[in-house]
Amino acid sequence: MKFLISLHINPAVLDALTDEEKAAIGAGHGRFIEELKSSGELIVTQALVDPSQAAVVRVRDGQPAVTDGPFLEAKEFLGGFYLVDVEDKERAIELAARIPDAAIDGLGVEVRQVMFSDGHLEA
Amino acid sequence: MTAPHFEDLLRDLTPQVLGTLVRRYGRFEGCEDAVQEAVLAASVQWPEEGVPDNPRGWLVTVAGRRLVDQIRSDHARRERENATTAAEVPPEEVPDTDDTLLLLFLCCHPALTAASQTALTLRAVGGLTTAEIARAFLVPEATMAARISRAKQRIRAAGSSFALPEGAEREERLRVVLHVLYLIFNEGYTASSGSELHRADLAREAIRLTRMVHAQLPEDGEVTGLLALMLLTHARRAARTTAAGDLVPLAEQDRTAWERALLDEGTALAKAALAAPELGPYQLQAAIAATHADAATARETDWAQVHALYLILERIAPNPMVTLNHAVALAELNGPQAGLALLATLDGDQRMAGHHRLLSVRAHLLERAGDRAGAYDHYRRAAKATASLAEQRFLEARARRLQAQ
Repeated sequence: MKFLISLHINPAVLDALTDEEKAAIGAGHGRFIEELKSSGELIVTQALVDPSQAAVVRVRDGQPAVTDGPFLEAKEFLGGFYLVDVEDKERAIELAARIPDAAIDGLGVEVRQVMFSDGHLEA
Repeated sequence: MTAPHFEDLLRDLTPQVLGTLVRRYGRFEGCEDAVQEAVLAASVQWPEEGVPDNPRGWLVTVAGRRLVDQIRSDHARRERENATTAAEVPPEEVPDTDDTLLLLFLCCHPALTAASQTALTLRAVGGLTTAEIARAFLVPEATMAARISRAKQRIRAAGSSFALPEGAEREERLRVVLHVLYLIFNEGYTASSGSELHRADLAREAIRLTRMVHAQLPEDGEVTGLLALMLLTHARRAARTTAAGDLVPLAEQDRTAWERALLDEGTALAKAALAAPELGPYQLQAAIAATHADAATARETDWAQVHALYLILERIAPNPMVTLNHAVALAELNGPQAGLALLATLDGDQRMAGHHRLLSVRAHLLERAGDRAGAYDHYRRAAKATASLAEQRFLEARARRLQAQ
């Protein structure tokens, strides 16, 4: 079963962390990725740039209009995700709990099953 | 000579060759690699030079040579001596009686997760390449390669003996093997996302592997039952979906589209399975499928018999899915309220909380009982709960139909 584990970040919360805490998060993700690779559960992981770098595209009357900045007026944004292939939902939740973000107030880790897939698997 | 011929031959020979090597040398991991290389060599050479007189012997020799080379270089790296003895195993004929079973039992080692057991079985016994298995399960090849290599390491770490387990342990392991084959079949049978074509291949592969086990253990009722269940289920595949890929429920399927030869074979096997001294869940599920196969229309189904079979199944292998299916049969026999009453017994079950199948069966029975609002609500909730697009479309169509009435 495939699950998307999405990481919801809050740039203000991340900025408030000490350098050591930031390094610990990075190292934690590194270990997590290695474990998932060796168990054969990782499909792909991607991290997104800061939400301030986003562009929102709208087409009105056939004319595209592009505005800078994220679409949502929110504190939390999608920061990245893990796409995993695991035995069951319990395993996906167990994995999500090992992500460093899950232990930090203001950051969120969400687990949802994949319903439809297409595209290159080797991406 | 055509390519598929080579593929079939190689696929049949792969587990036999691997079994022979494992029996001779132990070390499953190395043997598996060596056989993959030999199969690759054969797929290059045979189409050019023709199939050798004794293809199995050819593969055993080539794989054995690769293995010995590998052992030699391993040894050389460590001690640079003494590997030659391993090279001088006389080419005696090893009886191939239980080789497939030996391999299946190894691949279904209890130290592995079901996903790893499945992947390893398809590769070592099914002779599928890692790329093919990855495609069938819609994961990248690197993911599947990591899973297979980890599974092989785990088997080694668990210190497996290469002999077939005996007595109760053998029985227990055979149940795991059958469960893995069942999972492979279901992966192919269940309409879900991705390329349908590869999935159908997986169902066929599960049937082929189960036939192999059945050929070795024809007296085992559960093996026979599982094969019967697969054939009877696979026979319906053309009728299960519309041309557009929408699900057609059993009651509405065009039964003339069911594949007659598979139904006949499955029915005969299901009957044979029921004659076994002990009854297991596959035998009973096969008997239920055979009862459906016997009826020319859904209405003519012998629901009393289906109901009776579910009663026994619930007694010997109780689980909430069985109760759910039982409720459907009971509703056909005694009306929707009887089915709903049985469903109510599942309400406290954590395993079924919010499960789309419970929601959709309840929706169906509420609809039959005339509670349109309740049925609509349950169809919508079931549609949200399922992870299958085809099922979601079906459930939403049911909800819309209620609204339109």
